[in-house]
Amino acid sequence: MHTFDYHRPATLKDAVALLKKTENARPLAGGQSLTPALKMRLAQTPALVDLGALEELRTIKLEAAVLTIGAGVRHSEVAESKDVKIGLPVLAKLAAHIGDRQVRNMGTLGGSLANNDPAADYPAAVLALSATIHTNRRSIPADKFFTGLYETALKPGEIITSVEFPLPKRAAYVKFKQPASRFALVGVFVSEGGGQVRVAVTGAANSVFRLKDMEKKLGEKFAPEAIAKVKVSADKLNSDLHAAADYRAHLISVLAQRAVGEALGGK
Amino acid sequence: MNAPYIGQSIKRKEDQRFLTGGGTYTDDVSAVNQTHAYFLRSPHAHANIRSIRLDQARAAPGVVGIFTGADLAAAKVGTLPCGWLITDVNGQPMKEPPHPCLAQGKVRHVGDQVAVVIAETLNQAKDAAALIEVDYDVLPAVVNAADARKPGAAVLHDGVPDNTSYVWALGAKDAVDKAFATAKHVTTLEFINNRLIPNAIEPRAALAQYSRADDSYTVHVANQNPHVERLLMTAFVLGLPEHKVRVIAPDVGGGFGSKIFLYAEETVITWAAKQVNRPVKWVCERSDSFLADAHGRDHVTKAELALDKNGTFLAMRVQTTANLGAYLSTFASSVPTILYATLLAGQYTTPAIYCEVTAVFTNTVPVDAYRGAGRPEATYVVERLVETAAREMNISPAELRRKNSITQFPYQTPVALCYDTGNYEATLAQAMKLADVAGFEARRKQAADRGKLRGLGYSTYIEACGLAPSNIAGALGARAGLYEAGEVRFHPTGTVSVFTGSHSHGQGHETTFAQVVADKLGIPVENVDVVHGDTGRIPFGMGTYGSRSLAVGGSAIMKALDKIIAKGKKIAAHLLEASDTDIEFKDGVFSVPGTEKKKTIGEVAFAAYVPHNYPLDKLEPGLNEQAFYDPTNFTYPAGSHICEVEIDPDTGATKVINFTAVDDFGNVINPMIVEGQVHGGLAQGIGQALLEGCVYDAASGQLLTGSYMDYAMPRADDLPSFTVDTRVTACTHNPLGVKGCGEAGAIGSPAAVINAITDALGVKDIAMPATAQTVWRTLQSKSKKK
Repeated sequence: MHTFDYHRPATLKDAVALLKKTENARPLAGGQSLTPALKMRLAQTPALVDLGALEELRTIKLEAAVLTIGAGVRHSEVAESKDVKIGLPVLAKLAAHIGDRQVRNMGTLGGSLANNDPAADYPAAVLALSATIHTNRRSIPADKFFTGLYETALKPGEIITSVEFPLPKRAAYVKFKQPASRFALVGVFVSEGGGQVRVAVTGAANSVFRLKDMEKKLGEKFAPEAIAKVKVSADKLNSDLHAAADYRAHLISVLAQRAVGEALGGK
Repeated sequence: MNAPYIGQSIKRKEDQRFLTGGGTYTDDVSAVNQTHAYFLRSPHAHANIRSIRLDQARAAPGVVGIFTGADLAAAKVGTLPCGWLITDVNGQPMKEPPHPCLAQGKVRHVGDQVAVVIAETLNQAKDAAALIEVDYDVLPAVVNAADARKPGAAVLHDGVPDNTSYVWALGAKDAVDKAFATAKHVTTLEFINNRLIPNAIEPRAALAQYSRADDSYTVHVANQNPHVERLLMTAFVLGLPEHKVRVIAPDVGGGFGSKIFLYAEETVITWAAKQVNRPVKWVCERSDSFLADAHGRDHVTKAELALDKNGTFLAMRVQTTANLGAYLSTFASSVPTILYATLLAGQYTTPAIYCEVTAVFTNTVPVDAYRGAGRPEATYVVERLVETAAREMNISPAELRRKNSITQFPYQTPVALCYDTGNYEATLAQAMKLADVAGFEARRKQAADRGKLRGLGYSTYIEACGLAPSNIAGALGARAGLYEAGEVRFHPTGTVSVFTGSHSHGQGHETTFAQVVADKLGIPVENVDVVHGDTGRIPFGMGTYGSRSLAVGGSAIMKALDKIIAKGKKIAAHLLEASDTDIEFKDGVFSVPGTEKKKTIGEVAFAAYVPHNYPLDKLEPGLNEQAFYDPTNFTYPAGSHICEVEIDPDTGATKVINFTAVDDFGNVINPMIVEGQVHGGLAQGIGQALLEGCVYDAASGQLLTGSYMDYAMPRADDLPSFTVDTRVTACTHNPLGVKGCGEAGAIGSPAAVINAITDALGVKDIAMPATAQTVWRTLQSKSKKK
């Protein structure tokens, strides 16, 4: 690890000021991606601004049609939260299967979204549920947030404060794990609500993406067989050690059908 | 817990400290004024080093010393030796190119050591290493065994133009060829036994200290055989007097073979500790472990089995190319030869066997012994062939095995080994019962109704443990003895310290050996402590590998115990005023049968150390005996594994539903520890079959599976709850009747898993690791063929 200055501000205002003060300073959320990168000298920063003490980022609020989760809420807290379990049980289940227990006890919702790992679970939920990402500066709709490999719409110094999830009529997430990392080799999140069906895929490409062909078919009939024949193109999908693009395309189809079945209460 | 202790599942004595953070691993040991070493490694698979510039690095903060291959050459430091000489079929010794501790003008694999930086802190050492400028002339690389001998392949070593260390053969080629010519059926398989990366939970580590006071060294190192480490390091590399070097392998967190070997890092820091005149510590980080610890397996094999019309085995023919990696590691040459071809008879009466092995150098991490070492590779050959032959000939796999099974002992195989004892039918019958083979077809149908594919696979393995005897091994090329040493020391107050040359790095020797000693001496097990892992305290030792500890190390202790009791009888005879031939020893008491006369062994020990009433004219005081034990034969554990899998044809995901292992390890001292060893071995074997596969990029020679992000270790939820049992035939030639249990799980299981998967899929073969993608592709190509 290279040396760096470490700050742990108590307020969002101070955090923003500290990030502004040092060029290339990095905000630290749960540290489950950045810390290993720093330890292995794959990343370097003059200053880390730890957001872990920002109590204002740690609330969960359930309203009639919306669940709002603070950016600093840890995966294990989402998994255990009564409000999440009542309002958006699919998200509690998703959070309960991120990484391992140690990762879930440290990693945060905001950290995961800001990192936008191409195989992370939360981006699929945020995109499929048409969530809104609130920052210290603005609100960003999910469709505009994920812009590429580890890339988001966030500007330097911009900090996610919370994520607002409209509550769907039904939803499910099915993940097929990469055997080594246990990240999603492919993960498919399906939701129906607010008059639309959305299907988001993680793990398969540079960044999370929607499958509009499937959404259209499911909009006509929300049933696994409705998408059984929808061809998934392998063109822009990843090919790596663990899965070639055609296998990923096949898995997307299988998992999407399973997710629809699960959303319908099949499992 | 009361005697007899043998046969009881006594909780492990060592677990109290391991589970409460009380263990002392090498990195837990620190010396005053200690420095930290960091090794700069090659980023290239194959390159000439044009120059190394150190001036900036030397000027970096905290740097105490930086050394390169040039410094070692100037100091006449030797190269890392190989402990087993294999003779080529042409009668010449194997090609044994030098394995420098730090690169001498050339690097031959990603991770090859180029320089060591010693600094006040590890961070400073890393910062300085980043300032070393190495000018590489990058060369083409070859990483796959199958490519190493192709014309135009990159050549690693001067004097080895075909990258071939040796071509070696065992068996009667003519007889085998003749049998194949007349056979009614021939089963042929071609496959790769996948390369594995060991991954002990504790990475390798060492702390080297030099004392100017007496020109001596103390080296703490995470190692499985400290005396061998010392011998190799002093006599073959550093040229130091052996008695001036103490090697301590304290608590060691797993080895699986990868900590048997003498590596460059501990050798270099031992040398450097004198140069900088300060203690030097090196702890391998996990990322470096992938590039610096010897890998395992990596064979490309064509195997054939000839059968008559009834399914009787007539002959077996095997051709294997073994990947040695870039250099010959300590026991690398023996693994694909002596520990491989000799096992090809398996449990069967195959009358003629011929095996030819071509061992090649590639631009990869050296390959050496890894849990099973040659025997998993051999078992995979035999058990895949047998299962495939059974399917091809429409004979049930169990029936074909029974038909060809060895039932008379001793049995001389056509590949050098002589099995002393066994009962293969007993383990197979019990495994079939526990696995409910009878109910399998019903389960297969139920699964099919759910859209899933079930399969059942067998593997009935044999292994050879406790490599021996020394004179035969020597004739086969071993450059070391293969005995073990032990010492039993009574203290005046009746407690006992046992010193063993075996080394425990997870096996539970401190408990098992204590059970043996306590029973033999008739004293409470808590009065016995087992000491291991220190050349300064243990008379001598060959260490722990090849499932040898109890069979060889335990036998040495038994011999020392016999000497203790023999001397005890003499002392008791004096105390009881009887003849020592009249003394009987039982349950810790010396007595004269038919009389009231008796003395406990504690009283005898006290008399030996406080010899006021003692035959000083005839007998030395003290009760402390040493013994060396050199076995007369290998031991031959054997067993039957049955694996049941269920495959999701939509994703290709395979789930191991049940895994049954019924093993014959000879007599069992501690059933819980044995079961634990089986569980661990099965996890590794199932890991090889389903998950673990080391992958190099063929063009660049980069290790693609260089971390846990890409190298899949088996985890608890990848495995079922194992069904484990034993059947016992006692080993006939060691005093405990034990055979060894450490490797069996890893040896038998890969074939059982692949046999189950191929059964479920209805295909002849599938590559390991049989990942979901591989299974899915196999199904795809099968449905296309239809």
